Amino acid sequence: MNIVFTDSFYGLAAVSRMASFIKDRHKPLLSLKKAWKMFAGLLPQFVAILLFAGVALAVLSPETTKRVIGKETGFTGMLLTSFVGAIAIVPVMIAFPIVAELMKNGAGIVQMAVFVSTLTTVGIITIPMEIKYLGKKITILRNVFAFIFSFIIAYLAGVLLR
Amino acid sequence: MKAILQKYWFLFVMMLCNCIIWLHDPQVGKTALSFSRNIFANFIFILTPVFICVGLMDVWIEREKIIHTMGSNFGIKGIVIAVLSGMITAVPLYTLLPIAGVLLKKGSRISNVLLFLCASVSIRIPLLFFEISSLGVSFTLIRFGLNLFAVFVIAFIIEKLLSDKGKMAIYKNADKL
Repeated sequence: MNIVFTDSFYGLAAVSRMASFIKDRHKPLLSLKKAWKMFAGLLPQFVAILLFAGVALAVLSPETTKRVIGKETGFTGMLLTSFVGAIAIVPVMIAFPIVAELMKNGAGIVQMAVFVSTLTTVGIITIPMEIKYLGKKITILRNVFAFIFSFIIAYLAGVLLR
Repeated sequence: MKAILQKYWFLFVMMLCNCIIWLHDPQVGKTALSFSRNIFANFIFILTPVFICVGLMDVWIEREKIIHTMGSNFGIKGIVIAVLSGMITAVPLYTLLPIAGVLLKKGSRISNVLLFLCASVSIRIPLLFFEISSLGVSFTLIRFGLNLFAVFVIAFIIEKLLSDKGKMAIYKNADKL
């Protein structure tokens, strides 16, 4: 299923690339350059996280993963993954394959959903910057709400996916 | 040198970690590297088209245009534009903040700016495809639906909680940027 999906995405990329080329000869090149720049910017961080994930998966047995962030850990596991997500600033693109790998290794869906949500919406490290742009009140409210909603969404996703 | 260290400290730490593991127990080191390699292969396969599409979007959708359109406050139209333009941008929070700052400076409604910001951090259409490829359709779609709901709730609650004085202070602060 997922492979079929990725294949069709290749198709979509090719078609939109062609459409773009017909419309304007310079923009496709520019967009490729931008895509490459984005990828190159991500690469060092990506390799680091790959190494980290490799070590984590090799050292932690599926039993340990299950015990720490598995389905049975419930709220405690969610708290743990949510804090990690709130503090870490890892691009989600990198996080997805690792989350998938962890789920294969016994991590719970709810625990991983809360991780993905807090990772993207809550940024403890970037709070000072957010305050600079939006002011203290909005920043604090937004992060607190985002944190709470991460739990609600993860919980509902867990119920719906059961 | 210092800048490089600061930027890539995590990479260096992880390389060091791997070296230590290799010295300590080559077997574990081997397993770790093969895990890393597997994820890497998966990632490249899935991500190539994603990057191509994101690059195309970046070129064809002009940032200035989005800012311009969202600067205007037409009730529902403004809301829809805010949410949609948030959903198609797939960049981390810290790159969105300057855009949010510009929008506030231009006098956008606070709830619109928040809608844009919240939508773009929790819903990323370009990344949706990627999420489906690695985490499955149902997981992704459920998260998408719930997130969409949460975006509206969060944005409007925050706007309700701000006093008029607080709002003025926020606009004033944005003006100084």
